[in-house]
Amino acid sequence: MYQYNEFDRQLVKERVDQFRDQTQRFLDGELSESEFLPLRLQNGLYIQRMAPLLRVAVPYGALSSTQLRKLADISRKYDKGYGHISTRQNFQFNWPALADVPEILNELADVEMHAIQTSGSCVRSITADPFSGVTPDEIEDARPYAEILRQWSTLHPEFAYLPRKFKIAVCGSESDRTAVHFHDIGIVMTKDENGETGFEILVGGGLGRTPVIGTSIRKFLPKQHLLTYVEAILRIYNQLGRRDNKYKARIKILVRALGAEKFTEMVEQEWQHLKDTPSTLTEAEISRVSAFFKPPEYNLNADTSKSIQLNENKEFSRWYSNNTRRHRQPGYRSVVISLKGTGTPPGDISDYQMELLADLAEQFSFSELRTSREQNLVLPDVEESQLFEVWQALKSNGLATANIGTINDITCCPGGDYCSLANAKSIPIAEDIQRIFESPETLDELGEIDLKVSGCMNACGHHHIGHIGILGVDKKGKEFYQVSLGGGVGESAAIAKILGPSFSQSEVAGVIKQITDLYLELRTPEERFIDTLDRTGIEPFKEKIYAKTH
Amino acid sequence: MPKLIKENQVTEDDWLLVSADEANNPLPEGKLIVPLELWNERQSVLLARDHELGVWLDSNQAPELIGDRLSELALVAINFPAFTDGRGYSYAQVLRGRLNFAGELRAFGDVGKDQMFFMKRCGFDSYLLPDEKDPIAALQALSSFSDTYQSAQDQPIPAFRRNG
Repeated sequence: MYQYNEFDRQLVKERVDQFRDQTQRFLDGELSESEFLPLRLQNGLYIQRMAPLLRVAVPYGALSSTQLRKLADISRKYDKGYGHISTRQNFQFNWPALADVPEILNELADVEMHAIQTSGSCVRSITADPFSGVTPDEIEDARPYAEILRQWSTLHPEFAYLPRKFKIAVCGSESDRTAVHFHDIGIVMTKDENGETGFEILVGGGLGRTPVIGTSIRKFLPKQHLLTYVEAILRIYNQLGRRDNKYKARIKILVRALGAEKFTEMVEQEWQHLKDTPSTLTEAEISRVSAFFKPPEYNLNADTSKSIQLNENKEFSRWYSNNTRRHRQPGYRSVVISLKGTGTPPGDISDYQMELLADLAEQFSFSELRTSREQNLVLPDVEESQLFEVWQALKSNGLATANIGTINDITCCPGGDYCSLANAKSIPIAEDIQRIFESPETLDELGEIDLKVSGCMNACGHHHIGHIGILGVDKKGKEFYQVSLGGGVGESAAIAKILGPSFSQSEVAGVIKQITDLYLELRTPEERFIDTLDRTGIEPFKEKIYAKTH
Repeated sequence: MPKLIKENQVTEDDWLLVSADEANNPLPEGKLIVPLELWNERQSVLLARDHELGVWLDSNQAPELIGDRLSELALVAINFPAFTDGRGYSYAQVLRGRLNFAGELRAFGDVGKDQMFFMKRCGFDSYLLPDEKDPIAALQALSSFSDTYQSAQDQPIPAFRRNG
């Protein structure tokens, strides 16, 4: 993991001081609510329905045992003993008091964490694959570049007051786990014919009320030009992005208005002024940062016999096949810890669970964890021979739910229970669905289905890119839910299509059941849900769901 | 009176800013900062005056509009109609970095202590604060951070090339 040096530490401490002063001026009445708002947002602080929400940055999802213990400690001391993993790999506290926030930030700084640019109209914290550095399909580890971008974007003086928020993801593997096509800038690691590392640059993707798949504006950017090129894109956007209408202010609207060709031309032209300036990355800097992400000292004699898979405990075997992933190092697996137990809001984690996982990471995974876009936690480096022990510890603490990648591994925003923007609740919808599909037999029969729920158009639950997406809408003051099908990321990046008129809360889970029943009817033996849907299209599903109402 | 911060101190302002509404009035005496439209219309009259000249850009007026005439200007001012309108930061970077403007670069409008550190980094060197703002506090905010990661006008060499 990246370790702060004196420089990083001082900068974060000075940011804490600055925010302490801003908060104090607000509490003293010197700053008005509207003046304080953009300032607190730049530091991850929202005022929600019941209390402030503090979003702490977990850059590209990397978290140490020490940091997770600190989060547990803060949740107990300043909150209600739990926290939440967001769909951008960050960590949220739901109930801190405004006046305590500067002190919380101060404590976070002690463990090299902060909340800088986790919200607001600025460059947000950078996301990457939670399996970076361990996945066998990796082109190159994205983390060093994500860290370089983190440093570059942190308190960037030119881009603190953009037209709107700005999200960047770096994808380093064949199979995309970052939703790279749905970011303001998507950076795809690639190699040229000489084996040199570089990036394909996608621009203008996004979800929200106008979902758009990002456009490739450069097929290959040599790695040393990463910062100057991104700077050129942002400079164009900062000057020309719309500021009169916040729903039309994202870069995707600008790219669309200018046309991708014209936009690309402007970026390339701007870049000519920035190319080869001192912001050009040096080999020395790339090696310095990369050194923090070297593989840990794996046990080279790790048991590679796979005997573990033959374990007679059926429950363990099921967990193994659903919740662990292939690893680059022979004899190792990555473990996904499901935060999707039925009855717990998706992505929520209690203080004692955090501490348990911090301990497990320390004992079995080189003291490191990752947060995922699906709102789970990952132990990246566990020896196969120790998996049974890890599973037992997880199981006795309610953390061995074997539903990763299944329909019950629901991505879900906090929704109307917490969020003041939401049109509808999302957590109870997730729970209704989980209750229907809870039996292991059902989940395994259905196989891989990605279901995502958002409580409003802002799409924090990423419903547009779920195989099944559910969106909360407001109809004359009542909560309704729109269902869509066929979203995806990576090579099959697609925006889900709306099935038809929306449903009431009590109908939703039943509708999802009808959809999966039809899938079981229509599928060929080897087809996943999304394959069947691709083959049949949405029509048969429409007919089935709406037939009775005609 | 609005308060001016220049060269890291609170100081008297010897420039007079002509607002867009006043553009049709007779020109006042002294050093003027005129709107871009006025300069475009009456450039020869303005240059014939016996005073240094400044032009101000609104937040939708990119500096390329005056790029070829910068040598005639002692000052360029950029309006921030709201502090959340951040176009002026890019304008400043372009004025200093690409167009090599070496005169005074002034921020005015909704300018406050929470923005001035970033403004300074982008190349501003004077700040006209609204009446109600405390200039001493604002002055201190110019040094909110002792060092920074990225290249900008105040420090063209990014940290990774300095600390490596």
